[in-house]
Amino acid sequence: MNCPDCGEHAEANDRYCENCGGSLQLRRTPSGGPIGRVGGVTVAGCVGCGSSVGDDGYCETCGRAQPTGRDRMEYDLDLVAGVSDRGRARARNEDSMAFGVVGPPGAPRSVVAVVCDGVGSTERADAASQAGVDAALEAIVDSLLAESTPRAATEDGAAAAYAAVGELARPNSPDTAPSCTFVSAVVTPSEITVGWIGDSRAYWVPSSPDVPSRRLTTDDTLVAQLVAAGMDEAEAAASLNAHALARWVGADAEQAPPHVTVLQPEAPGRLILCSDGLWNYLPEAESLAAKVSDAEPLKVAAELTSIANELGGHDNITVVVIPVEGPLAGPSMDTEGKVP
Amino acid sequence: MTDFQIEVYQNEYLPQGAAEVNAIVTVTASGSAAPVASSGAAAAEVIIIDTSGSMHHPPTKLAAAKAATNAAIDALRDGVNFAVVSGSERADLVYPPRLGMRPATALSREEAKRAVNALRADGGTAMGEWLLLARELFATQRNPLRHAILLTDGQNVHERPKKLERILEDVAGQFVCDCRGVGTDWEVKELRKIATALLGTVDIVADPSGLADDFRAMTSNAMGKEVADVSLRLWTPQGATVKFVKQVEPTLTDLTSRRVESAPRSGDYPTGAWGSESRDYHVCIQVQPAAIGDKMLAGRVSLVSPSGDVLGKGQILAVWTDDTALSTKINPEVAHYTGQAELATVIEEGLEAQRAGQIETATAKLGRAVKLAHESGHEDTAKLLAKVVDVVDPADGTIRLKRDVATVDAMTLESRSSVTKRVGRKSGEN
Repeated sequence: MNCPDCGEHAEANDRYCENCGGSLQLRRTPSGGPIGRVGGVTVAGCVGCGSSVGDDGYCETCGRAQPTGRDRMEYDLDLVAGVSDRGRARARNEDSMAFGVVGPPGAPRSVVAVVCDGVGSTERADAASQAGVDAALEAIVDSLLAESTPRAATEDGAAAAYAAVGELARPNSPDTAPSCTFVSAVVTPSEITVGWIGDSRAYWVPSSPDVPSRRLTTDDTLVAQLVAAGMDEAEAAASLNAHALARWVGADAEQAPPHVTVLQPEAPGRLILCSDGLWNYLPEAESLAAKVSDAEPLKVAAELTSIANELGGHDNITVVVIPVEGPLAGPSMDTEGKVP
Repeated sequence: MTDFQIEVYQNEYLPQGAAEVNAIVTVTASGSAAPVASSGAAAAEVIIIDTSGSMHHPPTKLAAAKAATNAAIDALRDGVNFAVVSGSERADLVYPPRLGMRPATALSREEAKRAVNALRADGGTAMGEWLLLARELFATQRNPLRHAILLTDGQNVHERPKKLERILEDVAGQFVCDCRGVGTDWEVKELRKIATALLGTVDIVADPSGLADDFRAMTSNAMGKEVADVSLRLWTPQGATVKFVKQVEPTLTDLTSRRVESAPRSGDYPTGAWGSESRDYHVCIQVQPAAIGDKMLAGRVSLVSPSGDVLGKGQILAVWTDDTALSTKINPEVAHYTGQAELATVIEEGLEAQRAGQIETATAKLGRAVKLAHESGHEDTAKLLAKVVDVVDPADGTIRLKRDVATVDAMTLESRSSVTKRVGRKSGEN
């Protein structure tokens, strides 16, 4: 094979190009966050009316301010794409996302994605989510390239996120340690492996409307634990601190392996990872699925983000979409690692 | 070259559904180390002196006007083109002898002063004619900085108001004109109309002996200008309307109706000539409210030279929030100048009501004026008000109308009602 960047010949298993140093086995979102929008404002135009945008960052027609930096992150790798948006109410975007396509160019072996939602009550929650996704993506990819199983890679990813986010607490007191949630996906031609800590979610939305959509994760919240223990959902939701996180990633968290679930899809569909900024508005798998169009992944992510914004945008919104196709084996759902 | 700096003071946070965006735009021009006009080549000055029959009553009035004109001539820098016009029901060129202007030299100053001293008062008053001759004189020259002084003692009785208005429309933008009324037989509203149209000031010179100093001051102020015909350009987004654009400091001038469209969604408002100075403008824009969390550019303010160079830029923003702590915060600059505009209005309305014998309205309006002047620390206006009303309690605006008010005091108050007080700014705060 040849390096996609410089064209130099490379061995099939080389990880980096001997000539230019570019990665041969991974295309991914930039480390530090995919700052900015796909194509920039010159291509995409105003987020409000689509007209051209002035040098000062405001629309020349409707005057709307264009989001900058972390306020609106978009990235598209064709096989996976995502949008992370500040929303309407928060001062900044404390979510982040990282994803990549593993394998030589033209012959992808797997897609890896991570979403972290910075916990709003902590300082530097944005730094936490960014450190979390970057460390987790890197660890998962390294593990996969070292021939680990997706499950083991997912556990390595969560461990790396704990380490990286925990690092941010020093030298400050762990009481206000930056922290975040974690949800990851490793998609291979045969199966989807999802890992999570906290209340960021993964949904499976089959392409055929006849096959039911489903949520793959169970929130690490008190309310979810109460429901799992048999309490009525309305009653559980009414209890004190019902939506407080029971688990998270950070220096003040009890480190434990992530919940892991594996899905072998029976038909083509899309895997969606999201923060609660989206699912708060579309909590049921079917309600979310109803809003997922046939468009390419970036468009689907942007559409879902817009819907959350139109419904209020009370929190940061992050949506990563991975289309899953190809020869798929029969259904089998591994539920090990679910909430006790 | 002159540097223009634009600062915008506003509370950009709006509650849900709010559509009105207010901002105070402070424009500060800082002059070059060597003023362009110092050579005099850039400037032209026309002095218009009322020589209607009434200037003889008393005769000291004409004598003082002549002395003032001479003082202004002496204050001209060498090389400044100048002319002197005498006004009655028609306009006559006093100096130079033929239509045109002369550069100021020791010799031309002497010639001009001799011609002024020979003036006699006779005839009526038609100020429009005076302005038309001034325009004709300026047109013979190519000086970018064109300034006129208009001195009168009476009302424009030999010209219909409609005609004066038409003439003002024609000459607006051709030169800047400061107007002075001497004595108390002239009408403040009339001179204000001329001064506003020609981007100048209006004031009373109650005692003719004060004219010379005033003329000297106006002339040297005009000589201090460096950039002529500067426009304030305002861009607003689609669907927005400009409710008003007012100069609010040093004097109140509503520029709203003076807009000239310059590009789609963009209009220019004339500001006249600039030296080293600072002025404040109050811009009020009605926008289409956006959703909570949205941020919008409600206006782009720039200062533009006649050749289209952008001399300075500023932004007026709108951010919608459901945080009432942010949206209810009152911007001190906007509040101050809103108060100053109301102060000018209530003074005018109060004096009008007083003249019409509407005691209650006059008491209420002038009482409000006393309160506003007190609150904003506008001591000059407070003093002028105290000559017209008996102030019982300035803090709550309790006053009694004076039984006898000297005409000169009422006219002085009216003339200076549009002179605003600059907002007090603490350093590091905006």
